[in-house]
Amino acid sequence: MAVIAYREALNQALREEMRRDADVFLMGEEVGAYQGAYKISQGLLEEFGEWRVRDVPIAELGFTGLGVGAAMVGLRPVIEFMTWSFALLAIDGIVNAAAKMRYMSGGQFKIPITFRGPSGAANQVGASHSQALDSWYAHVPGLKVIAPATARDAKGLLKSAIRDDDPVVFLEGELLYAAKDDVPEDEDFLLPIGVSEIKRSGNDVTIVAHSRPLHTALRAAEMLEKQDGISAEVIDPRTLRPMDIDTILESVRKTNRCIIVEEGWPICGIGAQIVDDIQREAFDDLDAPILRVTGADAPQPYARNLEQLAFPQADFIVNAARRVCYQE
Amino acid sequence: MATHITESDQLLGLDRDALIEMLRWMILGRRFEQKSGEMYQIGEIGGFCHLYIGQEAVAVGAISPLREDDYVITAYRDHVHALVSGMDANAIMAELLGRIDGGSRGKGGSMHLFDRSKNFLGGHAIVGGHLPVAVGVGYSIRYRDTDAVCVCFLGDSVANIGAFNEALNMAALFRLPVVFVIENNRYGMGTAVHRAAAIRNLADRACAYEGMHGWTIDGMDVLEVRRTVQVAVERARNDKMPTLIEANCYRFVGHSMSDPNYGHYRTKEEVHHYKLKDDPIKRFIDILEKHSLINEADLKGIESEVRQIVEASVEFAKNSPLPEPQELYTDIYSGAYPDIKRRDPWR
Repeated sequence: MAVIAYREALNQALREEMRRDADVFLMGEEVGAYQGAYKISQGLLEEFGEWRVRDVPIAELGFTGLGVGAAMVGLRPVIEFMTWSFALLAIDGIVNAAAKMRYMSGGQFKIPITFRGPSGAANQVGASHSQALDSWYAHVPGLKVIAPATARDAKGLLKSAIRDDDPVVFLEGELLYAAKDDVPEDEDFLLPIGVSEIKRSGNDVTIVAHSRPLHTALRAAEMLEKQDGISAEVIDPRTLRPMDIDTILESVRKTNRCIIVEEGWPICGIGAQIVDDIQREAFDDLDAPILRVTGADAPQPYARNLEQLAFPQADFIVNAARRVCYQE
Repeated sequence: MATHITESDQLLGLDRDALIEMLRWMILGRRFEQKSGEMYQIGEIGGFCHLYIGQEAVAVGAISPLREDDYVITAYRDHVHALVSGMDANAIMAELLGRIDGGSRGKGGSMHLFDRSKNFLGGHAIVGGHLPVAVGVGYSIRYRDTDAVCVCFLGDSVANIGAFNEALNMAALFRLPVVFVIENNRYGMGTAVHRAAAIRNLADRACAYEGMHGWTIDGMDVLEVRRTVQVAVERARNDKMPTLIEANCYRFVGHSMSDPNYGHYRTKEEVHHYKLKDDPIKRFIDILEKHSLINEADLKGIESEVRQIVEASVEFAKNSPLPEPQELYTDIYSGAYPDIKRRDPWR
């Protein structure tokens, strides 16, 4: 174990998987000579050369499709988007090509590709650069969607994504790159795709949160414990598709209350799907309506005060938890 | 590049068997598509169905010189590219009928034919979407340091989409062995090329990419297509450079089955002119006859053989079962699809 930052954990995962499998290559804007816009690919060009760490023109649709073509004939591309906001230019390649190729070909072509890059809230970069489109990708059959909140999870899940035979959308928290925690140095450290983790145990209310809001939820849980004596259990689904709903259901059957937190917009969000799963399978276990704390249903504003307001804050979660515990 | 063909190089040094084989593919393509049209009219084929009738010289001319380890990728007017790439006619017809023995187990349909065993990479239905995919195939060839090539067919309307520039720029930038063959059939659906592209010859767009040649040729002359593609393929194989070829051709039928052969955007006279004067199969037969390489009996033999293949494909397809209901949820992921039953208990 070593305490390292989220960005270093991603770098380790890439380096280890590229050493392990010569079919793995990294492609994206500024991944090579510049060493990565967020330094995720630091040092990789020097070690692996330009065919395996490829700088590309600003042409998201082009290099996304390039990755799909390379995957069709047996390579394992890792496609980096400078941010997931830019991937909007490539969504045909992700949704129509990568996600559906296996199905449309009757299983003849697998697409072992990983699309990755920063996602979600960022600092004062405005509406076009700061958004969480997690549910867009989670909506699509054929894709797997991963959104790790910690350095450890980022490493273990990126390694699994690269080894996976299906297209994976890997959403990194743009404001998490400097977050540090204990990360195994073992080259075979893998975390399974589609498994939630209980990040904090509790008895009174279940809080589900992924990516950066996980940390907000953990802070809220501490506040609830101290201020209200409410014991919150915090679960990180980590994978949004396929989601390990059983861990969440088990927790809800114990706490009988649930809050779901996400940075994305509320309508048709990730939390909406979790609510559906809970009401269908644990309706009789609920003692209160499930509440959601989401990003504001508005484009992301620039002004710092409005930006603060637009993303889930710990006190929003605290207030929601008090309400479902009838302690307002 | 000069496109004028002289008498001496007209047959490209090909022997009679090779030439007859090309003719056979063209006639098979024509008859298969005529049968597909019939099957559509009687409701056996559904959805969108785009026939290739009139353009046979392009697919046959461009695919016939390829090696087994080369790749072919195309758009949605894909039946004949699949056939000439070696995909079994039975598997194609079964796919068109949505049967389990179709190439994609009945889940792809007319626009999504694939045959991995023949390096036929589809069958792509979003205009322009497959160009970057072709570039990725070229990238993998360089990555693995082999000398295969990828031939990518595209329609004339693709020359105007953003993916065209992104793909061709990277193909030239990374020196990838991809041959782009524009099948300029003069209309993108119902929009004449000159109403969509601010350029006279689409192949001239190649000049935007350093080292890429752009050649405009007669796409109704199968030998000219073959000769040009051979040069481009050798250039891709040996020099790792992409080429843009514009094969001028004409489709004798509507854009899809819902579009009449003529009407609003092109006249009956225009269609008849091309059918009469510029049928690629008739033109090729004329050349072979002039060289005394084929006679009436040979032609009857080919027609009879082709008819048997087409009829057999229909028989095969009709006898193939529909996909079982559980096929709805297979071929989506590499492993099991665990949450389906709990979220969808009714189906």
